[in-house]
Amino acid sequence: MEKWLEQVEPLTFKGQIAVPYTWWAGETGSLFLMGLRDKETIMGCRCNSCGTVYVPPRRTCAQCFTDTGEWVQLSNEGTVQSYTVVRFSHPLQPVEVPFAYAMIQLDGADVSLVHLIKKDLDKLEKGVRVRACFKEKSERKGHILDIDGFEII
Amino acid sequence: MDNIAIVGVAQTKYAKRKKDKTCADLVFDVTRAAMEDAGLTLGDVDNVVTVSNDFIDGRTISSMAVGDAAGAHDKNISTVEGDGTFGALYGAMRTLGGFGTTLVVTHAKGSEGDVRFITNGMFDPIYQRLLGLESISSSALQARMYMDRYGLTEEDFARVSVKNHANGKNNPFAHLQLDVTVDDVMNSEKLADPLKKLDCSPVSDGAAAIIIANESHVKKAKTKPVWVRGMAHCSDAYLLGDRDLAVPQSLAAASKKAYTMAGISDPLKSIDLVELYDAFSYMEPMWLEGMGFCEAGKGARLLDQGVTAMSGGLPVNPSGGVLSSHAMLVAGLARIIESVLQLRGEAGQRQVENAKTALAHGINGACGQAHCVWILGNQK
Repeated sequence: MEKWLEQVEPLTFKGQIAVPYTWWAGETGSLFLMGLRDKETIMGCRCNSCGTVYVPPRRTCAQCFTDTGEWVQLSNEGTVQSYTVVRFSHPLQPVEVPFAYAMIQLDGADVSLVHLIKKDLDKLEKGVRVRACFKEKSERKGHILDIDGFEII
Repeated sequence: MDNIAIVGVAQTKYAKRKKDKTCADLVFDVTRAAMEDAGLTLGDVDNVVTVSNDFIDGRTISSMAVGDAAGAHDKNISTVEGDGTFGALYGAMRTLGGFGTTLVVTHAKGSEGDVRFITNGMFDPIYQRLLGLESISSSALQARMYMDRYGLTEEDFARVSVKNHANGKNNPFAHLQLDVTVDDVMNSEKLADPLKKLDCSPVSDGAAAIIIANESHVKKAKTKPVWVRGMAHCSDAYLLGDRDLAVPQSLAAASKKAYTMAGISDPLKSIDLVELYDAFSYMEPMWLEGMGFCEAGKGARLLDQGVTAMSGGLPVNPSGGVLSSHAMLVAGLARIIESVLQLRGEAGQRQVENAKTALAHGINGACGQAHCVWILGNQK
């Protein structure tokens, strides 16, 4: 480094990029999100070929590279497969720390859904049973956070 | 496969905040240094691959901004958006595809953005990004699953951090050169259980470049060629919940392909050192399992038995690894460069004695969704 640079604060310029996007949730995503909003139900989909039940649902089974076909209503309860208690704060986070992220295998699904757990963090361990808590109907808007979080049963 | 070799390498010192250099400055420096290392001039470079990421650089089509600094004026230039090992693999393919020499250059100034926001952008915007997931919290989910599966402890991971930070002290390019104990790691700031600050890599700025030459062009360079004996990459599912996070299956698939290409049947016997992408301490034992150096769940035992120490049979991350320096995207190319220096016998205080064959590794995506494996040798 040139010596004179050590003596001064660097000239920096603040970024101005804030690009608005609007992501279409798609036919499959919309049905899933509307199920959360309108019925407090979590829908998955089953691959016609291998039988894997996916949640979030998707149009394609990557393993079989075929269209998934059938919609499946999953239980609002499931089992924690992994979790982490987050202790650093960042504006990204939708809730105050400490809170947990958990990978939850809902009853009837073959894959895990990642979501939040806000209470009883000291009781978290692999295998604990949890249930989805939905926001009040008036607050739901067809959003993954219409599930307010999962609570330990 | 035709024979290709790496004939020139260069990297910057990795640092927290390189306030004296712009991204283009960093690219220019390592491009010139790699050519100087190889004893080649810009006229000898047939095409250029830049590796960058728009989110990290804060501009769209960020690669276009460093072409001049990469010496690509009037040359064939293309871009890989991902880890440097993947860019190098593409560069190798260009070289196999008829170009005499290819320069691959990668840069990152993580200090100029916010890595949490940037890594949050890895996740799908409908189901996962809005939860606030980013690199540390998603990796913590993986670390926990791995621990639970095989009965590992946080201390098992802390020992990796201790080893690699100690190795970093022998590497003049390393960002962190730390004396840490298991207690230091265990008592460092809790970020997302089970990960603590000293289980996590730093955010570093830096750049790196390599020159790959077709066999017909290798003699133009003054360096000892380091031959590419095998390379492969494979990818797993995108959504975290679809994957068995405790089993790096795409790494196992990529390793197998790379070993087959290199004619290796027993990697532990055939490979003299590994430079792998340990963005978090738990990754080292996990990736060693994926690479087939031991059975699933036994990666931590390799460390406990001293196998992965500098004095062991398979030194892992003699450079200090990514835990010591983490310039995103650059870190994978740095693994290749460190392997090249080892195989040329030019690794200074971090030199592994009599190194003939090395494995260099990079990852892309959350929790190692994709893995790239290189087998390099000082013999063809």
